[in-house]
Amino acid sequence: MGYRILDKKQLSGSVFEMTIAAPEIARKAHAGQFFILRVNDCGERIPFTFSDWNAEEGWIRYIFMRVGKTTHLLEDTRAGEDIVDVAGPMGHPTAMQIGKRWTADKTIAADDHLVVVGGGVGTAVAYPVARAAIEAGSKVTVITGARTEELLILREELEALDLHELIIVTDDGSAGREGLVTEPLRELCASGEVDRVFVVGPGIMMKFCAATTAEYHIPTLASLNPIMVDGTGMCGACRIQVGGETKFGCVDGPDFDAHVVDWEELMTRQRVYAEQERLADGEYMRTCGCHE
Amino acid sequence: MSDIQARHPMPERDAKERARSFEEVTLGYDDQTALAEANRCMQCKRPPCEKGCPVSVRIRDFIGQIVAGDLDESVRLLKERNALPAVCGRVCPQESQCEAKCVMGHKYEPVAIGRLERYVADWDRARPVEERSSLDRPSAEGARVAVVGSGPAGLACAGELTQLGHQVTVYEALHAGGGVLAYGIPEFRLPKTILNEEIAALERAGVTFKYNEVVGRITNADELLDSGFDAVFFGTGAGLPTFLGIEGENYNGVYSANEYLTRINLMKAYRFPVYDTPIWEGHSVVVIGGGNVAMDAARCALRMRADKVTIVYRRTIDEMPARNEEIEHAIEEGVQIKELCGPLKIEGRQGWCTGLEVQQMKLAEPDESGRRRPVTDGSKPFVIDCDTIITAVGTGANPLTADATCGVELNKWGYVVADEDGRTSDPRIFAGGDIVTGAATVILAMGAGKRAAQAIHADLT
Repeated sequence: MGYRILDKKQLSGSVFEMTIAAPEIARKAHAGQFFILRVNDCGERIPFTFSDWNAEEGWIRYIFMRVGKTTHLLEDTRAGEDIVDVAGPMGHPTAMQIGKRWTADKTIAADDHLVVVGGGVGTAVAYPVARAAIEAGSKVTVITGARTEELLILREELEALDLHELIIVTDDGSAGREGLVTEPLRELCASGEVDRVFVVGPGIMMKFCAATTAEYHIPTLASLNPIMVDGTGMCGACRIQVGGETKFGCVDGPDFDAHVVDWEELMTRQRVYAEQERLADGEYMRTCGCHE
Repeated sequence: MSDIQARHPMPERDAKERARSFEEVTLGYDDQTALAEANRCMQCKRPPCEKGCPVSVRIRDFIGQIVAGDLDESVRLLKERNALPAVCGRVCPQESQCEAKCVMGHKYEPVAIGRLERYVADWDRARPVEERSSLDRPSAEGARVAVVGSGPAGLACAGELTQLGHQVTVYEALHAGGGVLAYGIPEFRLPKTILNEEIAALERAGVTFKYNEVVGRITNADELLDSGFDAVFFGTGAGLPTFLGIEGENYNGVYSANEYLTRINLMKAYRFPVYDTPIWEGHSVVVIGGGNVAMDAARCALRMRADKVTIVYRRTIDEMPARNEEIEHAIEEGVQIKELCGPLKIEGRQGWCTGLEVQQMKLAEPDESGRRRPVTDGSKPFVIDCDTIITAVGTGANPLTADATCGVELNKWGYVVADEDGRTSDPRIFAGGDIVTGAATVILAMGAGKRAAQAIHADLT
């Protein structure tokens, strides 16, 4: 019993791509949705957004960065092994028309020009959203950013899409433009040729992207990544203020109107277990025998 | 203990010792005590106690068999009507159901029916699996029924359908079965080994359990019916936590009771870091609410090493919806209860909660619910310092319900509209338990699941 790991690739020092056999989930997955996994019987329930899936071949794929114990455990698994639990798809698929209720047959509406911004491993989410928007008939520009060239992910996959433009940005200028993703985003917004924006990445990046597009009144969705437990609306761990109302990331999201998300609250709530996470990961590194 | 007037007390572990441990609080009757208590039963000709039981357990007869010394027959009689006796013997509010109707209770204390139910069920559990009283396996092929949710309603429905000869598949969203019995009710009230044994017994009787299946996302009622199921039962519960809507509710350190209890019970955060799921271990914990869930959360907080745990409630202890036993246990263990205390706002610093501002209340005229309405007494609000707040103020319908039930009529709160037999606006879709009634008790949900199973059986055969 369990869910077989079909493939695991190291994309950079701390970033990995994992493909898991999950035929039922693969048949139902849409861009922007997530799943929850538990590595073993003592494991935590951790949400990951799909980076790809294949209904015919029956697999789902995601990209993770090693940050704590669960991702450390995932790093230490091998293709051919099983992880105990995978539940999904969860959340609503990405819908480019803010305020419009998601419908299963039309997950992304055709827009004139959509800019998709992915920062760090957030690009793993940006990729399927961009692909789905193209399939829905949108003109799509992708801005992907990372600290340095080594951390850029899915570059070939993005280059293979029929994008209007692919803009690569690195903090240190080792690939593409030097700087932050907000800079090309601002230029595009100022050009007056952007209809909608989708952002996914670290909270601080999404916050500044939202502030940028708000100046130009461009509707913007952000894919949020709050802490979750069950992922089905049962616990409220993922609650977040959006436009003055408390919403649940899992069942109301994960995408929300970026201009009215309480970003400080999101980032504070993401850090609630920072101390325990360090303790758990430290304990794992000390006892697992492979990090001498 | 020759006095017939008083029921035999339940042996329990010392309050001080148990308040720091997740081991079960109550220890159960021994053979002698159970026999003596069973002897208090008058074996009424028309037993009123059975009318007080939502699943109509044959109470007189199973107690009669304890007296007769035939526990094998006793447990058979018990399981004939109740698929989960070891659970119900522990968590049912017997004092307001069967025991409330006990004839002995007119003059003396009622027979301790719940304790005897637990005694018989535990006697059965102690036997090797192959000797235990088992549910009947379906003889014929029967119909195929999908049960959504493995909480009390779903388990009771699955058990009953199986006994009626149908093939049942249970769809559970989480990685473990039991619903609220798994994530909500703590280990010290309901050890999870007992729950898992009851689920294993259903599996042995032929029920298939599918975990990690979020109906409403991975599939829905229409797809289940199209894929060959003849009927679908929804027992998905009232799983969406309600918050008070006061300022500061999203500070770190503020939990819904559902989250707090799920981290501890389902995810075993009390064994962190052996188990990976963390929980914030507050020193000073305030629990808002007066129901069983509030008591469970408060008693869990003690066991998570809090120095001080305070329950804040708008009315008085007399109006609390929690069972008396739960309130007594909480107080014995050291939980403080602040009555007539209305939460106003949560104070915080740098994103973390630091206190709860409250208003002293008094009770005014009764409201529509018949309970006296709390109103401010006009005094100046004050702050209870705390680093953790747990809100246990009820739950609502999950928004996935509409996606899951495919056009079945819902009421304005999002609950499924269903009659006493669980029939909904779609003749092939049934529902029961909290997803129909809103938050209630384990046994009421079980009763609803069971009645729906009988209605499904009547419709399909």
